[in-house]
Amino acid sequence: MELNDQNFEQEVINYTEGPVLVDFYAVWCGPCKMQGPIIEALAEELKTTKTKVFKVNVDEAQETATKFDIMSIPTLMIFRNGEVAETLMGLNSAEVLKEKLQKYQ
Amino acid sequence: MNKYDVIIVGGACAGLSAALYTARRALKTVVLTRDIGGQAAITTEIENYPGTGTILGPELMNRFRDQAEKAGAEIKMSEVQAITKSGNEFVVKAGVEDYQAPAVILSFGLTHRKLNVPGEKELTGRGVAYCATCDGPLFRNKIVAVVGAGNSAIDAADYLSEIASKVYLLVRSDSFRADEADLVEKVKNNPKIEIRYKTEITQFVGEKKLEKILLNDGSELELNGVFIEIGYATQTDFLGDLVTLDERKQIVVDNEGKTSTPGIFAAGDVTNVPFKQAVISAGDGAKAALSASRYVKNLKGLEDKPDWNKKK
Repeated sequence: MELNDQNFEQEVINYTEGPVLVDFYAVWCGPCKMQGPIIEALAEELKTTKTKVFKVNVDEAQETATKFDIMSIPTLMIFRNGEVAETLMGLNSAEVLKEKLQKYQ
Repeated sequence: MNKYDVIIVGGACAGLSAALYTARRALKTVVLTRDIGGQAAITTEIENYPGTGTILGPELMNRFRDQAEKAGAEIKMSEVQAITKSGNEFVVKAGVEDYQAPAVILSFGLTHRKLNVPGEKELTGRGVAYCATCDGPLFRNKIVAVVGAGNSAIDAADYLSEIASKVYLLVRSDSFRADEADLVEKVKNNPKIEIRYKTEITQFVGEKKLEKILLNDGSELELNGVFIEIGYATQTDFLGDLVTLDERKQIVVDNEGKTSTPGIFAAGDVTNVPFKQAVISAGDGAKAALSASRYVKNLKGLEDKPDWNKKK
């Protein structure tokens, strides 16, 4: 579920069957350590649905992080049909994320 | 309406410790919080929390959360907007939900002090930042400014000069308040740092992200990021006259964590306790929880038994 600059476009931008949630994070970011397990559990829960959940390490996928102007982490983005549909900054619970994703089914 | 015995506002050292204690006393407990761990969670290493040696802030706070949840407390990520009295109880409004309980513990700590100028709120997270060590690395080879004249501003400028291509240090007066003389000298001699005295930001400008700032002398600076390092303050304005505040807008508590309003308790950095430390907040959280427990059980006509008598 970890993406890099090479496969981001294929997995996120070109995916049209449902919403894609991307968690932009870094290993040195405290709040990301709180968000990470929430995202991983959500990915597991939604793995049989059309909703996709990915993580992007902003230090490794620098090109992608720059392209989407990530200036605060964690930043969570919901993509639908290749476009950014929603941007959420700071820590978000699974409940909130599921509710947001529901809107873009 | 969601009914509880105790509502805790804020989920860091004080709030999560209070939740552990009220949950262990079999009180139905909910923690309403914007984040988990507060300032401790953005601290890299904590070396003075007894019994844990050196521990990463986020890890310590994850343990606080896990322990409170295991004890039975519910934790909801929701920002509280208002607290009102309703008969013997209090109604806490958070997001679209209302929560009601006879006791409330306020433990929402301190938040970064803001400049309160146009554009600041809209561009927060889009170039306007309050924590250099949190968001600094995202500004590699970019132009940034630091606002402030205290130790945290000097530290931030020094740290960011290793990442950014250029750092402006904007100082409101004509000198530094920082007491780290060596670091002040280092910053003054750093070729990547340009210090501007008697300088204040009057507006943040940017469409989707920060593009430039307007200054009090009428000039402007094009840059990518501004780190506001002017200290911490309580955000108690939304409480109105619910409880007595001191001149620094901190909640006044007695030595049992009680506020001026029966049923409302407070603990941690948001209170007028002068020392802001994780271990003090945790201890005061427990204290407020025990006071709240006694209050709720008196109200219900129950005996307030200590939890170590529970398993007879």
